[in-house]
Amino acid sequence: MTSVYEPWNEARGAEIIAEHDKLEGATLVILHAMQEAFGYVPEPAIPMIASALSLSRAEVHGVFTFYHDFRHEPAGRHVLKICRAEACQAAGGDALAARAEAKLGIAIGNTTPDARVTLEPIYCLGLCATAPSAMLDGRVVGRLDEQRLDALVAEAQR
Amino acid sequence: MTMRIFVSSDAGAVAVGADDVARALEQAAIKSGIAVEIVRTGSRGLYWLEPMIEVATSQGRVAFGPVSAADAASVFDAMTAGSPHPLRLGLTEEIPWLKRQTRLTFARCGVIDPRSVGDYRAHDGYKGLERALTLTSDEILADVTASGLRGRGGAGFPTGIKWKTVAQASADRKYIVCNADEGDSGTFADRMIMEGDPFVVIEGMTIAGIAVGATKGYIYIRSEYPHAVAAMNAAITAARRTGYLGERIVGSNHTFDLEVRVGAGAYVCGEETSLLESLEGRRGIVRAKPPLPAHKGLFGRPTVINNVLSFAAIPFILAGGAKAYADFGMGRSRGTMPIQLAGNIRHGGLFETAFGVTLGELVDDIGGGTFTGRPVRAVQVGGPLGAYFPRALFDTPFDYEAFAARDGLIGHGGIVVFDDSVDMAKQARFAMEFCAVESCGKCTPCRIGSTRGVETIDKIIRGERTSENLAVVEDLCNTMKFGSLCALGGFTPYPVMSALKHFREDFGPAPATLQAAE
Repeated sequence: MTSVYEPWNEARGAEIIAEHDKLEGATLVILHAMQEAFGYVPEPAIPMIASALSLSRAEVHGVFTFYHDFRHEPAGRHVLKICRAEACQAAGGDALAARAEAKLGIAIGNTTPDARVTLEPIYCLGLCATAPSAMLDGRVVGRLDEQRLDALVAEAQR
Repeated sequence: MTMRIFVSSDAGAVAVGADDVARALEQAAIKSGIAVEIVRTGSRGLYWLEPMIEVATSQGRVAFGPVSAADAASVFDAMTAGSPHPLRLGLTEEIPWLKRQTRLTFARCGVIDPRSVGDYRAHDGYKGLERALTLTSDEILADVTASGLRGRGGAGFPTGIKWKTVAQASADRKYIVCNADEGDSGTFADRMIMEGDPFVVIEGMTIAGIAVGATKGYIYIRSEYPHAVAAMNAAITAARRTGYLGERIVGSNHTFDLEVRVGAGAYVCGEETSLLESLEGRRGIVRAKPPLPAHKGLFGRPTVINNVLSFAAIPFILAGGAKAYADFGMGRSRGTMPIQLAGNIRHGGLFETAFGVTLGELVDDIGGGTFTGRPVRAVQVGGPLGAYFPRALFDTPFDYEAFAARDGLIGHGGIVVFDDSVDMAKQARFAMEFCAVESCGKCTPCRIGSTRGVETIDKIIRGERTSENLAVVEDLCNTMKFGSLCALGGFTPYPVMSALKHFREDFGPAPATLQAAE
């Protein structure tokens, strides 16, 4: 499953804002919707959100940068998130994370030079009884071992 | 007669292939020509047996597991013929691991179709709300108080008192907020109940709304839980359609509606005031208390903010079960706790039981030790802010006060098991590192203390001036514990200090014993 995103477009951005700006405390909702549409939160969207919600640009920028989820640039075609939290550590997750880094030739938190795969840490998917776990483009995978991880990495590279 | 087969759609089951199994079963059914209905339920919580599938028989449901897609055809044949199969587990209700539990909150989880109000009602759902609608606010509050229910998010604050405070506050509007930002590693009970029995959360929140006079509620779910978000949204839509949410709930004079909001990957937003800030659309910066959220919460209005499991416990209590609930437990910890067994454990999953069970029973007896087969060395109880317990403390009963007396906490009820290959200095470093990454930055002890903590533990790991640096870590922990604004900085010392205290040998050579002066 490759996520297909629209290219940034101001009119589309304005439309997304208008869909949500009547909600109480709409900032996060709008940022999520932007990222869902464009794959990241384009810089020009920030002042547009600020003006729609009667906030300063600094306030919206502050919210945008506070949360780990929001991207300021597009991710790779596939995003592989590996759980690094304690339950997965206990089940051998550290070695698997290192293996994924080696296979992809990048450190966690980076995107491969061919822009195919972004490798990210995630702190708990709530799959702690079937650890270690990971998520590839929204699909959850548990009971990872070397073989299953390799298959997952290969799938991400396709 | 149509054969009914139940396959979990819980994320934990899907992660190990439940969707593939469901598809394979469908294929097998088509091939056989037998009429089959495949019902996607939540999980029963026996995760080492997932994907676990069940078939309805005249004696009750019969379970098979763990079933892979390749097994599906032979399991299907065994189901239709009623013949033996190596993966046959017998009657689900008779599986000892399930039978010895006391499932009050999780009674329906894994049993019903989580998208069906009808199925929920057929399994005693909405009885609590129906009774609540005949009671006054004071009577509802009296029931919640009588149950002895304490906040299941970790702080253990009496739910009845919190609700009463909001009920007595006067304001133009009030809010009910459900904290579903279950960020603690080793915990998944909130996720499970939202995916497997979302109506119980909706019912609990609705009862809270009626009790305190609030008409609007929010469920703040972390973004790492897309399946739970989808399940809650579907359930809210179904509840609206059937008159259980919206104006004049089931023909009463009460109005109550719910909205799901999704977090954005900030652990600190599990802290209630940070969560409220985030719901208001701001950075998840912790607020100083007072004022309490019960007085000035969401948008400055009186707000009941409770954990998913607290709300999920309410329907049973209001359906006439207040005394029955309070009869379970020990000391001031009344009722049952959905305990989550995770990490390197043979029988991992959700075990709901009365307070009072010991840590040793949970890990060795119920959990079956490690799946690697190596000895259990440490267990972390209560998430990233919980203490590491050695075997020597396995007699600690699961109870808020008993854990506090041993410098630990039960938190949200997660237990992560580690075998003897664990390096406790590394775990202590991780606790500090996690705090540094997730700190909201408002208070200095948490923001800077955690960073200094990582640096200092690194020095210890490198063998630099071990005893002096251990003293620095201890000092930092004290500052963080007593000087932080919220539990993130305030509780990070628990895993760090417990690792130091119980596993000192992992932090380099012990200081030379002082020799008596000649």
